[in-house]
Amino acid sequence: MSTLQSATAKKDHFVPPFLRGWVLPSLLLLAWWAAARFGWSSSPLLVPIGHVWAFGVQQVVSGELWIALKASLWRDLLGFAIGALAGLTFGTALGLSRLFESMIGPTFHTLKQISLFAWIPLLSVWFGLGDAAKVAFLSLAAFFPVVLNTFEGIRSVPHDVIEVAHVLKFTRWQMLTKVVLPSALPSICAGIHLALIYAWLATLGAEYLLVSGKGIGNTMIDGRELFRMDMVLFGVIVVGLVGFSLNWIASQIERRLLAWRGSSIAQF
Amino acid sequence: MMHQSATIPLSDLGLQIGAAAEPPSLRVGNATTAGVPVALWQAIRLRLLPRVLAWPFPLFLLLLWYLAARYEWVAPQVLPSPQTVAATFTDLLRSGELFDNLKISLLRVLAGFGLGLFGGLTLGVAMGLSPTFKDYVYPLFKAFSQVPVLGWLPLLMLLVGIDEALKIILISHAALVPITLNTYKGIQNVPSRYVEVARVFTFTRWQLLSRVIFPAALPPIWNGIRYGFTHAWLALVVVELLASSEGLGYMIVFGRQLFQLDVVMASVVVVGIVGFTLDKLLALIEVGLLSWRREGF
Repeated sequence: MSTLQSATAKKDHFVPPFLRGWVLPSLLLLAWWAAARFGWSSSPLLVPIGHVWAFGVQQVVSGELWIALKASLWRDLLGFAIGALAGLTFGTALGLSRLFESMIGPTFHTLKQISLFAWIPLLSVWFGLGDAAKVAFLSLAAFFPVVLNTFEGIRSVPHDVIEVAHVLKFTRWQMLTKVVLPSALPSICAGIHLALIYAWLATLGAEYLLVSGKGIGNTMIDGRELFRMDMVLFGVIVVGLVGFSLNWIASQIERRLLAWRGSSIAQF
Repeated sequence: MMHQSATIPLSDLGLQIGAAAEPPSLRVGNATTAGVPVALWQAIRLRLLPRVLAWPFPLFLLLLWYLAARYEWVAPQVLPSPQTVAATFTDLLRSGELFDNLKISLLRVLAGFGLGLFGGLTLGVAMGLSPTFKDYVYPLFKAFSQVPVLGWLPLLMLLVGIDEALKIILISHAALVPITLNTYKGIQNVPSRYVEVARVFTFTRWQLLSRVIFPAALPPIWNGIRYGFTHAWLALVVVELLASSEGLGYMIVFGRQLFQLDVVMASVVVVGIVGFTLDKLLALIEVGLLSWRREGF
């Protein structure tokens, strides 16, 4: 049956499935190359692929890329760590105590509504334009998703599991570390993953809006001001690669942390 | 045969849920027989108390803010008093400045979101329904979506300038990515059992799509739409902060530049309220759209 299907599939399409993903990108690159090579447009924005490559090589060799990348990533991870840790603590308190939830919860949910980037002008007045404001903003970006997911995760711990822990006469600490947190871990991981993505987005936003110091966002903004398309395109590629790597690392850690659950889900 | 084995655990689960829900309702029954005060106390504890408890903390913050401004613990340029912010807010409201800027921002976000919605649904449905199309397009889409929205901003500024086109493109891109992904995944995850049942009933292709696939995929798709809207609103604020001469974001930047923090705070509050209202609106529509799901229970 399956061989028959693949046989008909082969007849219908010339391109084998594993190569299909490469068709569109190759065509795009080809069009770009041809447009620059044959001068279809006289716009200075149409830089040849070679220039972007040359600029990239020059950045790597001169070490400028590493300086910018190190500044951005350091800020990103510091803000993320502060925000995630604070979010974890706050979310756990919110999830465990009904009293705390009814007292602080509504205020938190109201503040959450404010669009993230609207905080930047306020933070810039309170913390200046330097690293302090950026890190404060990044922690804020990481804080909200972690709180929400931790809270959700703790609240959806099955009642039966808590009852078993009561029967076994667990102490409060045992209850938290052996029952509640492991049970809420998938949701917490999802929140942390989300926070990592938001923090990277916020890193760029902070570098555009609080223009001072070094960073990959600053490189791109400088490129725009100098009308250097090769600089901007190189920045886009680097930003994409960093986002991809952060995502990949988070997925790997998540998979390792959640390995004990087995893979019973989605196999029915 | 298979059908039976699938229903038994489900009914078991239903029984368990019923059993777990029973004790509290029994207790309430006892309370009403014992006397009204207990029932009243229950009602107060469940309904009234959370609402009362919600107030002390924000009121305390407000008091702290008021005192900090009153006794100038921090400079008034850095933290204007709550009265000043409230007065500025009514001023902006009365002069119509707020409404003009709000209208521009709303038009922008609706145009961008509409475009992103249309594109995202088309792309998602096409990828969900046609594996061949997905094979060709998905890798490129995935690669593009690795770059966060803000990563494209300098590139777009070079290509289209900083006019309206930039804002619309950026906002629609912000909405497009989550909508496309959720639509595609939603259609992919429609249980194959449903499709099999539809085959048994010899549904036509159109019937299969309109009666089975889309209703089943609607919850994740709608989730994607709500995510998309949140992202669109976020993108609007950023792009107005960076490159605009009107709109809510511009009001914030303008206030910041003149060190009028009262204007900044009033605008930030409006941004929060509008985002919240629009999200609630989408949630309400969701309840209406998915009301058929409740019939089963």
